[in-house]
Amino acid sequence: MDLITEITILVLAAFVGFEVISKVPNTLHTPLMSATNAIHGIVVLGGILVIGSADGFFSKAILVIAIAFGTINVVGGFLVTDRMLEMFKKRPEPKKQVAEAAEASK
Amino acid sequence: MILPVASFLTDQDFINVLYIVAFSLFIIGMQRLTKPSTARQGNMIAAVGMGFAVLGALLTPSTGDYGLIALGVAIGVIVGVPAARQVKMTAMPQMVALFNGVGGGAVALISWAEYRHYIGDLGGNPPLETLIPILFAAIIGSISFWGSNVAFGKLQEVIPGKPIVVPGQQIVNGLLLLAAVAAAIAIASGSESEGLFVLILVAAAILGNMVVLPIGGADMPVVISLLNALTGLSAAAAGIALDNTALIVGGIIVGASGTILTKLMAEAMNRSIPSIVAGGFGGATAISSSGDDGEAKSYTSTDAADVAIQLAYATKVVVAPGYGMAVAQAQHTVRELADELEKRGVEVLYAIHPVAGRMPGHMNVLLAEADVPYDALKEMDEINPEFPQVDVTLVIGANDVTNPAARTDEGSPIYGMPILDVDKSGTVIVLKRSMNTGFAGIDNPLFYNDNTSLLFGDAKASVADVLTEIKAV
Repeated sequence: MDLITEITILVLAAFVGFEVISKVPNTLHTPLMSATNAIHGIVVLGGILVIGSADGFFSKAILVIAIAFGTINVVGGFLVTDRMLEMFKKRPEPKKQVAEAAEASK
Repeated sequence: MILPVASFLTDQDFINVLYIVAFSLFIIGMQRLTKPSTARQGNMIAAVGMGFAVLGALLTPSTGDYGLIALGVAIGVIVGVPAARQVKMTAMPQMVALFNGVGGGAVALISWAEYRHYIGDLGGNPPLETLIPILFAAIIGSISFWGSNVAFGKLQEVIPGKPIVVPGQQIVNGLLLLAAVAAAIAIASGSESEGLFVLILVAAAILGNMVVLPIGGADMPVVISLLNALTGLSAAAAGIALDNTALIVGGIIVGASGTILTKLMAEAMNRSIPSIVAGGFGGATAISSSGDDGEAKSYTSTDAADVAIQLAYATKVVVAPGYGMAVAQAQHTVRELADELEKRGVEVLYAIHPVAGRMPGHMNVLLAEADVPYDALKEMDEINPEFPQVDVTLVIGANDVTNPAARTDEGSPIYGMPILDVDKSGTVIVLKRSMNTGFAGIDNPLFYNDNTSLLFGDAKASVADVLTEIKAV
């Protein structure tokens, strides 16, 4: 792929990134940061793609560490985000019922 | 440019389709993550996208050494899964810092290995359109790795949260950046030297440490978010070096969204990003607090029974929770206290500062964990006008976000930061462990106000005592 095509993709994707995030409630800042954190773990692809062509023990060792780091970033990032969001999920339902019940009893 | 849909699906085309599916899922996932009702689903969609991307990389014909790949992935899973599963909600911010750091580390290592591959096996520097992104990724990746580790250390309190200031900091940082960039330019203009490349990594590593060390703990969320954006950028640069669209798009959307998120967070704290990076809270603090407070300051301390009476006979009570509440794991006891008060007809609300806890939204997560009703959580702008009508405000483990010096004392390092106006309520009861200053290391005049009394002790034990006393009232 030529450089200018890649830069085109880069710039367009940057605008998507700006656009998507422009309206986010405060509450979701932490989970969102954590989720985007997991997404940049996509660098693990870099390690997977180059390890085969790398020569020598040292280069391979560096790349095994890189793949391990990338995997930690991806797996850990998505799991931690899920744990945070799990708590948001269960919250409104029972409370709404309580509020409605209180409303009804008035 | 390959048009996968139009042409017959050869291997590489199919792989590119997988990448397109992957980054589309990232974008859809992030969109869902901006709404509470769809956020969890959004995270899962993004994770599925990552699965497609990894599949694409594994299917690429030039990919080899599957044994070593499996080894790396296995190490990552063995370390990452338990870490993510077991981390306490209170320690979440430093966990995110750590995950961000390893991402940056991976970028730096991949760019190093790739450079070795070119000069060792292919006999020379890569073309500039590959070399420049590699050098960029090396610098930013290394800064991000070390910076994130320092941020982790500060939040975990392995390294003191207070700013660590070294004389001539800015000059040293400038020189380090200059060294890294100069070495990069030397390589780009023709020198083939792994030594220079390692110099870049080392200079950037020291720079990462030096930039984050002087930043005070209270600014750390902004720093983590900034480093998150940087790691995204470096991943995108690696994507250009490796001609990989999934990496380019995945990296840059994190870089872009991370930049916006950093700006939103900095705005919530009324801090500018350059001033945070240039040097944190601290330098001015000592001067300010030693200058204007000649006389010994006196404060009133109180006991659980007294607090119980004040709460039981109030009509409106606001709880202003902070990180200290979370550390003491007092949120469940606080909810029980609120339930007991509500039974007596007292209205109980929670005042949530945008950066309460250690990250925006962190406190909401912690209170959600304790099943605090969603509608009782009031954001700062919503609750601040109500404080004059509030009878009692319970400040539990919060400090800097209630510091009225932010409104009045121009010399204070947090001057201008939006705060919870708890001092405007009838009575303020501050639950504190001791008279130590907060995470930012700044004294809080709130404690010496006439309408403030202090209840010393562990937050959880104190709240439990008050609860017992209320039941007896």
